[in-house]
Amino acid sequence: MRLVLERRAERSRLMTWLSPVLAVALTLLAGAVIFSLMGLDPAHALYVYFLEPVLWWWSLEELVVKAAPLVLIGVGLAVCFRANVWNIGAEGQLTMGALFGSALPILWHEFQSFPVMVLMLMMGALGGALYAAIPAYLRTRFGTNEILTSLMLVYVAQLIADWFIRGPWRDPQGFNFPKSVQFEGWQLLPTFGDGRMHLGAGLALVAVVVLYVLMSRTLKGFEVRVVGTAPRAGTFAGFSSKRMVWFCLLLSGGLAGLAGICEVAGPSGHLQPAISPGYGFTAIIVAFLGRLNPAGVLVAGVMLGISYLGGEAAQIDLGISDKTAQVFQGILLFFILACDTLILYRIRLLRSQTAYGDAGR
Amino acid sequence: MSDFLLEAVHITKTFGEFAANDDVTLRLKPGEIHALLGENGAGKSTLVKMMYGALQPSDGELRWRGKPVRIANPAAARALGVGMVFQHFSLFEALTVAENVALALPDATDMAALATRIEQVSRGYGLPLQPHALVADLSVGQRQRIEIVRCLLQEPSLLIMDEPTAVLTPQEADQLFVTLRRLAAEGCAILYISHRLEEVKALCQAATVLRRGKVVAVVDPRRETAASLARHMVGVDVADVSTRMVQALGEAILTLDHVSLPADGPFGTALRDVSLEVAGGEIVAIAGVAGNGQSELFDAVSGERLEGVGGSITIAGHGCAARGIKARRALGAAFVPEERLGHGAVPDFPLSHNVILTRFAVDDGMVQRGLVNLGLAGDVAGRVAGAFDVRTAHSDPEARSLSGGNLQKFVIGRELDRRPRLLVVNQPTWGVDAGAAAVIRQALIDLARSGSAVLVISQDLDEIFAIADRIAVISRGELSDSRPTGDLDREAIGLLMAGAHERGASERAAS
Repeated sequence: MRLVLERRAERSRLMTWLSPVLAVALTLLAGAVIFSLMGLDPAHALYVYFLEPVLWWWSLEELVVKAAPLVLIGVGLAVCFRANVWNIGAEGQLTMGALFGSALPILWHEFQSFPVMVLMLMMGALGGALYAAIPAYLRTRFGTNEILTSLMLVYVAQLIADWFIRGPWRDPQGFNFPKSVQFEGWQLLPTFGDGRMHLGAGLALVAVVVLYVLMSRTLKGFEVRVVGTAPRAGTFAGFSSKRMVWFCLLLSGGLAGLAGICEVAGPSGHLQPAISPGYGFTAIIVAFLGRLNPAGVLVAGVMLGISYLGGEAAQIDLGISDKTAQVFQGILLFFILACDTLILYRIRLLRSQTAYGDAGR
Repeated sequence: MSDFLLEAVHITKTFGEFAANDDVTLRLKPGEIHALLGENGAGKSTLVKMMYGALQPSDGELRWRGKPVRIANPAAARALGVGMVFQHFSLFEALTVAENVALALPDATDMAALATRIEQVSRGYGLPLQPHALVADLSVGQRQRIEIVRCLLQEPSLLIMDEPTAVLTPQEADQLFVTLRRLAAEGCAILYISHRLEEVKALCQAATVLRRGKVVAVVDPRRETAASLARHMVGVDVADVSTRMVQALGEAILTLDHVSLPADGPFGTALRDVSLEVAGGEIVAIAGVAGNGQSELFDAVSGERLEGVGGSITIAGHGCAARGIKARRALGAAFVPEERLGHGAVPDFPLSHNVILTRFAVDDGMVQRGLVNLGLAGDVAGRVAGAFDVRTAHSDPEARSLSGGNLQKFVIGRELDRRPRLLVVNQPTWGVDAGAAAVIRQALIDLARSGSAVLVISQDLDEIFAIADRIAVISRGELSDSRPTGDLDREAIGLLMAGAHERGASERAAS
């Protein structure tokens, strides 16, 4: 008796949607095991972690604040990954977007009328896109692996940002804290509700709708999907894989940059060394959990937002490290990728070893 | 004790309905260099894989030194004393020669001692190798030496070589022959697979010829001519040559003038100085053994590769140097590549989306203001499926779920549905059942008779004789002059396939 993976004739539509549900369930199960190994009551811990964050109005608002950048970055990455372009450096592009977007309010603090917000958002997107252009150029010109270059550039971006914030852009009246001047007027994004939800959430929704239409209805979306699943067929159709690399990296970099400036001009209101709690990396999980589908990314962004809030809640209520959030995110990605196998394969129990003569063909 | 080292007796191997080997018997003596000849798809690899334990025969038996054996897997084959050098190497470029060899050995090895042995063995057989060189830095010929030395270290009594000279320069090949003769003199049997008949004549003492899975001849190649060997390979039962009336031809629709293209990777073949004209109303076929530049020719004509193409390609009177495949389609050309899944069609996409793949730029209304018209694509998919009898389990299935024959009918039908002025198709009926093949061939003939130009690249001589008006042969990237089908027989084509028209072929044969 043994288990074998057997290839399905067609991709299973059911499993496409069931796989993330299964992955979430398995993650909860694994979480319960980890909590009980740590000597906590698993039921209570899971309640604090995953349910409490959605039970209060203020925490729902906070959820939107956390989910907005995840969704904004996640939709860009979903397009990228669909095209088999592996931008792992959204965190760096986010940092660069924050830096570019902050240039105006820091260098020209008196410019506080409405146009400054539009310019800041544009600069943010531009900064992210330009930073993503580096791996795009290296990949198309020298065949460099964009996974490595985009990832390594994250740390470069963070060091550059750190230098600006501790050096030339430090607030002269800031008692030597590593932070920039406080943004004022239209240099801050308009807010909603109790004051933490900001325009970034609206931008994320717009991005979801636009990219959903792009992927499902346009020739460009068709091109992304062809080049991603069958590059040879893409060449045959007449699509350029190099232009696709540029398109994907500029798009996802731009959206990550936009998320970056939204973080600075939204919740923080000034530039500081910790711009994001790893949104750029978590968005990778968001993209996969959302089936690389913009609409799915919206749902997945909310779920991963919960894991951030839960991590904070668990730190306070249960006294465990906030790194548990990352553990959960990692476990979730692991289970999604594992469960995705079931889309194209089914598990079968074989009673005995059959003749394997034809297996080698 | 038998006289023979390895005997394959009445071996049959079936894959579903298809008999890849049908009652094949082959006997190898120690110290003999034995050639295994046959066209592509004749069943050579299947037979060899069974001897190496990678496949199990459906019927018949293998005998080793007279005793029946079951070779369960390649490890068992190696334990028995069978070594094999594959045409495509399995080496890690980032590792050294010695490390690559060590990986293939069953037990943990002392690297220093291994390096010394590699040096001794390789020098002893005239295949010098530096054990500490990185594989990435080595030429193809040197890489092959690693594979051979890897086998020799296990002191095999039978060495199987799959087209070893396909990737070698003539000088490297000569050196290899010295080594092989020396091995044979030491009592090692060598089973030598090759398409190069002159080579086989010079090297081998016996030859078994397969055609369509059956042994058609066991000969002494030293007593044969290249022509007679070719005749055995392609068969003398020449199908009745097409005598269909060719109407007055139209103008040349495809013109290749001194086209060249560098090889695509180490196993590719560079195109050299290829000239050809295909006029409206005719089918021109390009025959040749696989891997002689067919895919490069297809890439150059279709425009899938633009960089590095020398000479000129003209489609319907327009120079195409700077035109990619999209622009060539807009000129009325249509293309069908050899590989259906992943090249001609996206496996994960339903048929309707696969229609868009080649037609988004040429059909009115398929794409409007950037938006794809899925309804129209679905209509076209339905029309193609109806016209070419593409059998599907449900409407609009994913391409991967179709059988080879059905998908090929779809991929060709998708292009024919456009009524192209030029159709270029590589291996139109490869791996397709007889019924679908007949439909496809008839469709190609009908297209040509309606005034379009058709270029067929094929390795199936029966097919070529059945449909072509003119035939040219490609060998090592060079194309022979084309001749009317009626002026050619299989023997002549077999000779051309073996490279008789190549510049320099005569010098090589003489040396």
